[in-house]
Amino acid sequence: MTDRPDHTDDVPVAGNEATPVPFNPVGAAQSQRLIEAPRSQLRDVWDQFKTHKGALFGAGFFVFILLAVLLGPLLWPLEPTFIDIRARNSGPSLTHPFGTDQLGRDILARMIAGGRTSLAVGLTAMALALFLGTLIGVLSGYFRRLDGILMRLTDLFLALPLLPLLLVMMLLFRDSLRAAIGPETGIFLLVVLGIGVTSWMPTARIVRGDVLALKEREFVLAARSIGTPARRMITRHILPNVLSPVMVSATLGIANAIITESALSFLGLGFPSDYPTWGSLLRDGTDYLQSYPERVIFPGAAISLTVLAVNYMGDGLRDALDPRIRGR
Amino acid sequence: MLDAGTGREPLVRVRDLKMHFPIHSGLLRRRTGAVKAVDGVTFDISQGETLGLVGESGCGKSTCGRAILRLYDITGGSVTIAGRDVAHAGPNELRRMRPTMQMVFQDPQASLNPRMTVARIIAEPLDEHTRLSRAEKTARVHDLMDRVGLNRAFANRYPHEFSGGQRQRIGIARALALNPRFIVCDEPIAALDVSIQAQVVNLLEELQDSLGLTYLFISHDLSMVRHIADRVAVMYLGKIAELSPRDDLYADPLHPYTRALLSAVPEPDPEAAAASSRTILTGDVPSPANPPKGCNFCTRCPSVMDICRRIDPDFREVAPGRHVACHLYDTTQDGRPTAAPIPTRQGETP
Repeated sequence: MTDRPDHTDDVPVAGNEATPVPFNPVGAAQSQRLIEAPRSQLRDVWDQFKTHKGALFGAGFFVFILLAVLLGPLLWPLEPTFIDIRARNSGPSLTHPFGTDQLGRDILARMIAGGRTSLAVGLTAMALALFLGTLIGVLSGYFRRLDGILMRLTDLFLALPLLPLLLVMMLLFRDSLRAAIGPETGIFLLVVLGIGVTSWMPTARIVRGDVLALKEREFVLAARSIGTPARRMITRHILPNVLSPVMVSATLGIANAIITESALSFLGLGFPSDYPTWGSLLRDGTDYLQSYPERVIFPGAAISLTVLAVNYMGDGLRDALDPRIRGR
Repeated sequence: MLDAGTGREPLVRVRDLKMHFPIHSGLLRRRTGAVKAVDGVTFDISQGETLGLVGESGCGKSTCGRAILRLYDITGGSVTIAGRDVAHAGPNELRRMRPTMQMVFQDPQASLNPRMTVARIIAEPLDEHTRLSRAEKTARVHDLMDRVGLNRAFANRYPHEFSGGQRQRIGIARALALNPRFIVCDEPIAALDVSIQAQVVNLLEELQDSLGLTYLFISHDLSMVRHIADRVAVMYLGKIAELSPRDDLYADPLHPYTRALLSAVPEPDPEAAAASSRTILTGDVPSPANPPKGCNFCTRCPSVMDICRRIDPDFREVAPGRHVACHLYDTTQDGRPTAAPIPTRQGETP
């Protein structure tokens, strides 16, 4: 309690969840103090989330990675583009904990800078794909009129081969975007847009299926009999109930986006070669795989562990958001 | 007109209500027919009255209830509730009428959103139709919970934490939130234990007495309908076969289908059970997509006549307050019945 009332009469009984309240058949006056204060939903969710060990570890690791890429440059002030040619190809040491590459650039600094790009791409592309997928799924599931056309659109996108499409997009728009808003932001937008626009389809299909089933449930009919308009019907009754599949899609989506970005960088079509991402570090490392395997292992492990952490986190979050599972 | 027992203006007036669901088939999804779930239903319900609507599964009872509240876009006919035309109202007009008419659903588990707390579920109608402050809403929700006999301390719980009977109370509280005048109870007790059924029915009766509610009580449980209803309508294959005051209907059923339904009610007294002869219907209910020509019931009727297979009987008043759609009660030009009325069920005669 933040604000303490002056008189003690109004203070709700603490820990009143276990207080037995006599069952009153028809409305005998109950003391106001026996009523539980409205429980904070966020608190319930957190309490349940805490019980999921994997999710807790995942969240911990994800926060660690986030802090590392955001605050890392303060603690490790080496520039990712600084070339110290005399120290090139050195293994892990105190001056370069992850070693250096063939030009003598510090790999730890490059990992930090690369992680920032990779995570930014992953999170934004996931958000975009999730938004598009949920929007199209809900619209086509809820409004019968739109169903046919939106689902055929989804099929159309599913039939597009992802990588060739991204390659064509890169080739077509890279230079004009680079000229318009600068090389890094231009490529970032292009990559995010490319990944987002080509990965919303599974979410849309899953959401549509769930909405179709939900629409026939009686509580939707009950809301209709109350006179709830379509948009509040969707936000109040449909969306919260499709949260579980959306959550799963989201966590898989982050992983997918990071991997697709890595693949693009790996093919040399993502960010410029001097601009590190986990994917491009991985590609650079493969040339020296036999002599310096750690150059592949570090970015590879970063990608895998982040993806794993996010998946566990999503798993825990999905459980925590479902009131039927909560409290078990 | 049809409410002979009371002289008051009816609250709910249903005329020739039709609800047909189209059947699409073939490659081009052409419309090839229609399921006539409700096919020309006419009745009135006066203020404060309970009309029981009974019939076997699939006869269109629930569809009828939902069509009256315009949860479906009806095919034809008119519905007037509290003097306002529900059947043809536009979306905004309909939304303004919603507070007058509410519904209690069959499956209390399915009719409550599992992601909302009880307080939010009960407050949803208030959110939609009133401009109360948060504190006023909470007070109203607590008041409603008291009314239906739910502990106020449960306001922050989720529906899955309750028993079936408690969930149905939540559904009733939600239906009451806007002070409706007319409530459609769509088999509110069918999914409950027998011990809980009585509680819920008594609650509905208490609420009716204290709030002056009008019910359309849909059920397949004839004994429960006998307990709660003032008048009873028997539906068969989308049409009303018989509509009579409760006591008359149970004492002297007119329509052969009503007779068959009533004879299927288990008799607790073994001696009376042995003495009564059961009317056992043969065959299945015809498909509502392809109802028989003539009377709907002619394929299974024990006292079927030639005319039944040709002409659909009118739904007429044959005695004060008693309406039936059956050729057995047709009168010729000079007022004599065409066929002698069948004597009452033997189990009923002393």
